[in-house]
Amino acid sequence: MDRLHQIAERFAAAAPACDYWTLRLVDEESEHLAVRQGVVEPSALGASLGAMVTLVVGSGVGYGATSDLSPAGLRAAADQALGWAARHAWLGVFDAAQYPRSALRADYRGPVAEPWETMSLPDKLLLLQEANQALALDDRIVDWSAWLAYRRVQQLLVTSDGGHIAQVWTYVSPGLAAVANVGSQTQRRHGGGADWSQQGGLERVSAAGLLADAPRVAEEAIALLTAPECPRDTRDLVLTPGQMVLQIHESIGHPLELDRILGDERNYAGTSFVTPEMFGTYRYGSDLLNVTFDPTVPGELVSGAADDDGTPSRREYLIRDGILERPLGGVLSQSRSGLPGTANARACAWDRPPIDRMANINLEPGEGTLDALIAGVELGILMDTNRSWSIDDSRNKFQFGCELGRLIVDGELKGLVRNPGYRGISAEFWRRLDGVGGPATCEVRGVQNCGKGEPNQSVYVGHATPPARFRSVAVFGGGE
Amino acid sequence: MNQDAFYSLSEQICAGLRADEHLFCSLDAESSDFVRLNHNRIRQAGAVRSAVLGLNLISGARQAEASCDLSGELEQDLTLARGLLARLRERLGHVPDDPYLNYSTEPSFSDCRVGETPPDAGAAVADLTMAAAGLDLVGIWASGEISTGLASSIGHRHWHASTSFNLDWSAYLESDKAVKASYSGLTWELGVLVDKLAAMRQGLAVMAHPARVITPGRYRAYLAPAAVAELMNMLAWGGFDLKSHRTRQTPLLKLVRGERTFDPRVTIREEQDRGLTPAFTGDGFIQPGQVTLIDQGRFGHCLVDARDAKEYGERVNAAGGSPASVGLDPGELASADVLARLDTGLWIGNLWYCNWSDPNDARVTGMTRFGTWWVEHGRIEAPVKVMRFDDSLYHLLGDRLEALTTARDLLMDPQTYEGRSTDSALLPGVLVGGIELAL
Repeated sequence: MDRLHQIAERFAAAAPACDYWTLRLVDEESEHLAVRQGVVEPSALGASLGAMVTLVVGSGVGYGATSDLSPAGLRAAADQALGWAARHAWLGVFDAAQYPRSALRADYRGPVAEPWETMSLPDKLLLLQEANQALALDDRIVDWSAWLAYRRVQQLLVTSDGGHIAQVWTYVSPGLAAVANVGSQTQRRHGGGADWSQQGGLERVSAAGLLADAPRVAEEAIALLTAPECPRDTRDLVLTPGQMVLQIHESIGHPLELDRILGDERNYAGTSFVTPEMFGTYRYGSDLLNVTFDPTVPGELVSGAADDDGTPSRREYLIRDGILERPLGGVLSQSRSGLPGTANARACAWDRPPIDRMANINLEPGEGTLDALIAGVELGILMDTNRSWSIDDSRNKFQFGCELGRLIVDGELKGLVRNPGYRGISAEFWRRLDGVGGPATCEVRGVQNCGKGEPNQSVYVGHATPPARFRSVAVFGGGE
Repeated sequence: MNQDAFYSLSEQICAGLRADEHLFCSLDAESSDFVRLNHNRIRQAGAVRSAVLGLNLISGARQAEASCDLSGELEQDLTLARGLLARLRERLGHVPDDPYLNYSTEPSFSDCRVGETPPDAGAAVADLTMAAAGLDLVGIWASGEISTGLASSIGHRHWHASTSFNLDWSAYLESDKAVKASYSGLTWELGVLVDKLAAMRQGLAVMAHPARVITPGRYRAYLAPAAVAELMNMLAWGGFDLKSHRTRQTPLLKLVRGERTFDPRVTIREEQDRGLTPAFTGDGFIQPGQVTLIDQGRFGHCLVDARDAKEYGERVNAAGGSPASVGLDPGELASADVLARLDTGLWIGNLWYCNWSDPNDARVTGMTRFGTWWVEHGRIEAPVKVMRFDDSLYHLLGDRLEALTTARDLLMDPQTYEGRSTDSALLPGVLVGGIELAL
């Protein structure tokens, strides 16, 4: 972070003449280790350092991004930003006087109990080899792998109004995959933290059960080969937190993004079935549906002090008792729309500008256990671990598939079913919610590949959620 | 960063190698302007200058990789690269021999440049907003130079640079009633844009008709090339990758096993000789001009990168497992005859958000999007509300395929996740006897 401070001080000392500027410096390091079928894959080290200069001049705003952080390099980026600010002043869809200004001074450093460096490379590879051995149960396992990914992001945002926000996020992401095959039937299972990302250090490895989870992952992949196909009919559905993450992400998070509602994303990620007049009155789901924007959950992927515009992060209800309250929109989108919002203007890296993104979008817990949710089902299916996702450009008609399904009959879990999927319409689906697990069932998870924006950006998004139960959902299995 | 600067940097890094070491240096650089548009006005505009250096250090049978951003200032970049090299060298002391290490041991050279001077992005956007006056236009302008380089201590020297623009946009009537277009190339011609906007205005006039709501079921359909591209993208997801075949994960497993076939008129190729992507791989191999992936309905050849080639004893023919320049052979249906042959059914302009519904049976789900019309007795009658399809490629490209068009569209990939893409697809439209709509 010291290096970033020095660069920022040099820039501020010779800042371009304008009404407002921001400099966002991002220093990122990464490492990826993997062992596949007992063979160590080439390890990969990554280092990235760059800056985005954003300038407001009159009614225009523009940006310039560069990996040349010399005074001349930053000056060139500022010149490019100035040029685009002039074009924006002439042809912009909004007046840059609306552009958010920040004087916030804040620091954030994510939780790390066991730093990445405290374990040697040979020990990490040994751990992955042991996981590999545990995955290779028999000849039906035709491919298997274990991995450890490390990423640390240091970001410094300084502004001409005196804003100074230093944030450090650290992620250690372990995972397992097993592929089983007989004839023309292939099944995959993931585990060991593959869909359970959080901030943190090496403590995430044991918390996610990298080694302990391997036999289950392989056994379930094999068992799915001979399981019957998921039935095709309408029945009750219980989703584990591993699948709830995706359900919340696609059919609540994305539809509430204010830039979609404002039309910015219509050419790529899409629009939303949610319209401005719905906020405050629209029944999004049953009374059990309570959804928050919550950057305060320790270790959740996007917990932090502020967004990339410099707006301080704070917890907000998006949906309360089933009623839609607030969209996901940063200060600029709030100003353009006249709606309230959240601190969620985020960029994926130094070379992309902030746009409205999910951060941590959480389903608040209800009451009871997973067993209690299952006990309330006469005929249904439990589904776990997302494997397929598709939803329309208004975020309404969805179809999701899972790696594993399990029949529920008379309140009890029965046998496995393979290729389970379900489909529905967001605007109706959440009204079928009639059971949400209690605090003890809530899991802090997220996704690492949320894509959106033009130019394209892929970011981490946190989702904490319990399991949940839905009534009368269309389910189906595999086959042509 | 230009070619000379990259080669110079690489040579100075390689000068520090030990006798038993080899080093492959790669460069991915771009100098791009990006302009987001909404309501036919600028939403967000700026410029990105980036250069990423990749290093792959090899000693005996061991290898380790690293990457870093370059500043463009030689001494500073050299210091950074040498630091990374030292870390890689230390790392090689802790990793085992890699049985699948595979790199070209013969020096080779190539130099390919596509396009010259990029259009002035500011002027082009101003042209666009004037020409599109009255339209609710939303999309992205991207332009500038993209460079890929490779240099090795063995003597490889390869360079591929393209200077181009890619305008990808749609025009909305209301809600989700919209039509989509793209214009990409090397030389900006306002007249081409004006023609495309005129066609969009015609499409929007039809879009103004009340939308037809159809129920789930099977419908005759014509898939325009942009919609076919989404199906090709699904096939690119494990369909042709050698490793996915050998580990039986490919969604084409039943095709490979001879249990299913595509229609004999379906031939799919990787056409590297289109020249839009680098011909070299990061390991110094040269790709063949063409690889036949699907040959008259039956599986042809896999795409084989260097690592998979070593593991499975095959020859390298690709930089990765997904096509970058896919081509589907044309058929015999004239564009002018499409509506008549379709007779009654769906004219699908674009598909969206596809995913495997059941990969064991090559079953894909996704949505219709943008210009999708209901056609009755050969006439476009009305736009159609977005619908979800869920169907097997063994049907859409197999027993329900009726015709492929003679004309093909060259579609440049507008994606920019890892920098501006140079991928492309050359595709005809496809007439099918039925597509299953599920929701």
